[in-house]
Parts: sequence; structure tokens; C-alpha cells
Amino acid sequence: MVVLQEESEESLNQLFRALADGTRRDILARSLTGAPSVTELAARYEMSFAAVQKHVAVLERAGLIQKRPNGREQLVSTNQARLRRASELLDHYESIWRQRMAQLDEVLLPKGK
Amino acid sequence: MPLTSVTKDAVQLTLTVVGDYPVPQQRLWDAFADPRQLERFWGPPTWPATFTRLDLEVGGRAEYFLSGQNGEKWSGSWTYTAVNPISSFEADDGEDNTEDEDMPSSMKFTFDATPTGSRTTIVTRFSSIEAMEQTTPGMEQGLRAAMPQLDVLLAERGASAAHA
Repeated sequence: MVVLQEESEESLNQLFRALADGTRRDILARSLTGAPSVTELAARYEMSFAAVQKHVAVLERAGLIQKRPNGREQLVSTNQARLRRASELLDHYESIWRQRMAQLDEVLLPKGK
Repeated sequence: MPLTSVTKDAVQLTLTVVGDYPVPQQRLWDAFADPRQLERFWGPPTWPATFTRLDLEVGGRAEYFLSGQNGEKWSGSWTYTAVNPISSFEADDGEDNTEDEDMPSSMKFTFDATPTGSRTTIVTRFSSIEAMEQTTPGMEQGLRAAMPQLDVLLAERGASAAHA
């Protein structure tokens, strides 16, 4: 029936909550283009190192990024498949409404005007 | 094109659709209040809707099913929680297949007269992503209109890879 893969509600909610924050989206963008360390990321934002660490932890729990150790540093990289999944769900629902509204046009404006 | 905007809010899990039509407010209201008109646009082309009941009053129910191409049926229902002809109504979305006390989603339909006709604003609010999935059978086809933020992210990565 539903084409989307099965996935637990909690894990999906976690994903959307993680994406709902501007700093976290920015961290995602930076970790897509390279593999910054948490220290490098922290230097970018007007907030404490601990606050940046928390954002990184939220992204990690949502499966959007992964960390790997490199000496004493933690390097951050993005899980692209997960990112696309969030986009996919929202797009999916939007497409339904676009379809409905196109059909409503036919009901209200039958001459195709 | 009467569809004016579609806005997605991933924090609140809402989707807001706005459409402007060169028809009177009453005409727009009727399209949502009359089951024979509603079923002409509620289901996607491959899943046409049939409304078997539509009692547009507070506490009243609408019941419908969507018919798939291979004979499968998917049932849905709404319970109206507010009705103000011809300006607005609200409904909770029920899931007929599972008796879940948590309503998967709610919808508010607002109809306003405008200088050029009428406008409808439809806000769908989901209680969870799972609820969102339950309200959408067989909707794999559709237009691609990606969340701009993600597109920007992915485009940035592509550009950077090209430079490297």
C-alpha cells in the first residue's frame, strides 16, 4: 500500500526534529563538503563548544551524521541516504496535495481556464 | 494556476495549501461540502475516492474509500470538529483499518472571499510521521518539489566535489 520503507515512528520523528534547527542544518552542510572536526565546527558558531557538541549529538542520534576518531579529534561526515529520506517524506505528501488541487481545478474551472 | 502555495513545516508536522479561485466563496465551499464533488478530487487518479457518507456538522462523520487499480480498497474517515458554513470547517482524520485512539491527523479548511473570487487555506497537521504515512496510500507518483534547504545542501556538496 504505502511505498515508503517501514521505519519506526520514533526514528522518523527524531530525524525531523534534528533537521528543524538552523545550526544543525549548517553543521550538516559543512560535513557534506568535507569532514570537519567538532572543534572546527565549534569555531564557526557563536555558542559554546558544549552547545555545538550537543547539536552534533542530536544529528548523530538521528542518523544524519557519523563521527570517526582521527587522533584526538572526532571527524564529522553526513549520512546522505538519511538526509534524502527526510526530504522524500515531505515531498511525497506535498505531491498528493498538488494532485488534489489540480483535480479541484477541473471541478471548479471545467473549461480549463 | 489556482494553487498559490504549499508550505511544509517539519517542526510542527504541518502542510499548508493555499489556492485562489475565480469563483464565489459559496462555490468553493460546495466543492468540499458536496460528496459528489469532493470525490472528484480527493483521491489521486489511480486511487479514485468514493464517499459513502458525509454529515457536515459538528460530531458528524465523513466516510470514504479509495479504490486501487488491482481492486484493493483503502478506507478513511473524518469526524468534523467545527463547522462554520461557508467560511471554515475542521475534521480529525480517522484510520478505519486500525482502531487507534490517537487521531493520525487533523485538517482545517478555511474559505475566504477575495477581490478576485475566493481563497481556500487547508492546514493538515500530523501527530507523527507515521500518521502522515497512514493517510497516503499508493501515492508514489507525483510531482517533485523538494524541500529547498535540502536541495541547497545537496547542491553545495555536488559543487564542492566538482572542485576537488
